[in-house]
Formats: sequence, structure tokens, C-alpha cells
Amino acid sequence: MNFNLTLIMQAAAFTAFIWFCARVIWPPLMRAIATRQKQIADGLAAGEQGRKDLANAAKREAEILADAKAKSAEIVATGERFKAATIEQSKLEAKAEGERILAAAKAEIEQEVARAKEQLRDAVADLAVTGASKILKKDVDLKVHAELLAQLKREL
Amino acid sequence: MAGASYESPSEYIQHHLTFQVQQVGDGTFWSINTDTVVMSVLLGLVGLGFIWWVTRQATAGVPSKRQAFVELCVQFVNDQVKGIYHGESQWVAPIALTVFVWVVLMNTMDIVPIDIAATALGFAGLHNWRLVPTADINTTFALALTVFALMIIFGIRSKGVGGWAKELFVAPFGNHILLWPFNFMFQIVEYVSKPLSHSLRLFGNIYAGEIIFLLLGMWAASGLSGTVFSGILSLGWAIFHILIILLQAYIFMMLTIVYLAMAEEHH
Repeated sequence: MNFNLTLIMQAAAFTAFIWFCARVIWPPLMRAIATRQKQIADGLAAGEQGRKDLANAAKREAEILADAKAKSAEIVATGERFKAATIEQSKLEAKAEGERILAAAKAEIEQEVARAKEQLRDAVADLAVTGASKILKKDVDLKVHAELLAQLKREL
Repeated sequence: MAGASYESPSEYIQHHLTFQVQQVGDGTFWSINTDTVVMSVLLGLVGLGFIWWVTRQATAGVPSKRQAFVELCVQFVNDQVKGIYHGESQWVAPIALTVFVWVVLMNTMDIVPIDIAATALGFAGLHNWRLVPTADINTTFALALTVFALMIIFGIRSKGVGGWAKELFVAPFGNHILLWPFNFMFQIVEYVSKPLSHSLRLFGNIYAGEIIFLLLGMWAASGLSGTVFSGILSLGWAIFHILIILLQAYIFMMLTIVYLAMAEEHH
């Protein structure tokens, strides 16, 4: 338990070790640790950024989806309206066409009736003339009685 | 029992507690405990050399297991320093790391089986070779006095010579001419007690540990069963001693940081 020169030598060794540790070991080690800490921090920040981007993308996706839904609904509605309008117009056109055809048929029928009347009138006139001829036993001069016949036809 | 035969238990213990002394001059002071110096420098080189070796390959990317281990130790020390020392000196953490690594390794020599080591060293012609540098009071005092010198250097650097000297007289009781002597006495007691307790705490713990190993080793004198018994007891004590080894190194390091932090404090 006695002090001797060992004390001085140990103190010198200690000082040398401290110097070695502080000058040679410490700086590169701390640099490595600090750099890694920064890398980790950057990585975490990047991860956070990625998560934020993902959230934004999801929001945008929802927006686009909603937009598309609205647009398609609008298109469908337009289509529905167009369909209804088309049907309505077709109905009107069909009705008009039907009426037109009906009118034409009526006109034709009237024409036919008129023509039939005319023929009937001619026939009756002929019959009357023939009848009269037979009654009179003598030809009726058509030229003489043309005026009379025409009057007769009108009266029929 | 080291192959050699001893007359008495006290001779056995005495033998194991004798240093390898190299006389370099006249008087008891001018001698060197070769074992202490060689062992401590060797251990310091091993410890710091390992860290240095790892540091040279240190990468900021994914660390190897070695590097992770070293970083763990360094971060542990660095965290302690950051918690206690708030000055701007970049030296405190390296000092603390050096102290911690070195003292741990020196303390660890305590669990080397003492008689096996003594026998092996005996073959090498070293009959008095103590393995544990921290069980030599020269080592612990050298460490404590170096820290003491650093305390004064830190104090003067942060307060200036005048400020530091002034504090010797005006702290802790206050600046009054009647209080100066009391302040100074108080400061002297503080300055003396710091390295004294610092060094004796470490020395006492490790030295006591060594003595217990020696006492347990003496069972071997009673034959084979005693040897086995002593082996079991030594194992138990060694396992418990790991705690003391680390704890004392930790305490020594913490006190170093605290003393250096206090040295920069303004009263």
C-alpha cells in the first residue's frame, strides 16, 4: 500500500489514453452515429411524406370517383330525357301520319263515292234514255235532247 | 494453491498481494510496480484498440454487430455525460469513455482464477505478478489525481485564473472578509476529499474482492473436497463480482463526469 513511481506512470498512461480516445476514436465514431441518425431521421420523414402522399392520393381518388359518378348520372339523365323526348315526338309523328293516312283514305273514299255517283248518274241517264226510247218506240235524238239529258243528270 | 507450498494462510495471501517491483532509484518512491503498469497499459491498449479498430471501419449505414456494440457503449457514456455536463467542452465524453472502458477491463482481471494465472505466470518466471491494476492504490490514485488536475484545468478554463482563485475564498458561504478563511478551508476539504473518496472507493471494492477470492482459494488447502468447494464458492463470488466490477467502473465514471461538471459551475 505504498505510493511509488507507478502513480506517475499510471497518470501518464491515463492522460495518453484520454488523448487517444478524444482525438482518434471519438470524432469518426460520433460522425458515423450522427450521420446515421440523420439518415434515420430523413428516412422517417420520407416515410411520413409517403404516408401523406398516399392520403392525398386516396382523397383525389375519391374526388375523381365522385366526379365520374356525377357525370355518369348526368349522362344517364340526359339519355333518359332524350329517350322520353324521342318517344314523345315519335308518338306525335305517328299520330300525324295516322291522321294524314286517314284523311287521304277519306278523300279517296269520297272521290270513289263521287265517281260512283257519276257513273250511276250516267247509267241512270242511259237507262232513262233507253227506257224512254222503248216507251216512245223511237230513237231519241241524243243531240236534240242532250240539253234535256244533262238537266236530267243533274237532277239525279 | 499455485503448485507452491505455503507455511501458513497468511503467507499465501501475502504472496498473492506482492507486487512485481522494479527499483529505479533510491528510496521507496523510486520504484515501479511492473505488473500494474504492464497490465493496465495492456488492458488500455486492448480496450481502446478494439474501439479504435471498430471505429476505423465505422460506417453510417447498417452497423456490424461489433460496431453496434461499441456504439451502444459510447452512446451509454454519452447519454450520461449529456445528462450531467452542460458545458461546451468536447473532452468530457471521451474522458468518461476512457475511464469507463479502462476501469471495467482492469476490474475484470479480478475474476481471472488467481491461482491458475499465478501458476502460469510462475512458469514464465514471474512469481509475484498481480493481475488487477485497480487493486493497486497507485492506479486508482493516478486516475483520481488526473481527474483532479482536469477539474482544476476545467475550472480555470471556464472562470479564468482570477475567477477560479476568487471562488476558493468566496464560495460556498459568501463574499465577506470574515468568511474567507472558512470558505477556503471548506474548499480545501472539498478538493482533498474528492480524489480521496474517488480513488479509495474503487480501490477498496476491488481489493476486497481480490482478498475474498484469496480467502476462498485457501479452502483448497484442505484437500480435494475443499478444492471443489472453493471452486463453487469462487464461481458464486465471481458471478456476484461482475456486478461490482461494472458498478464500480460506472460509479468511477459518473463521479468523473460530476466532478468535471462541478468544476465549471459558477457559484
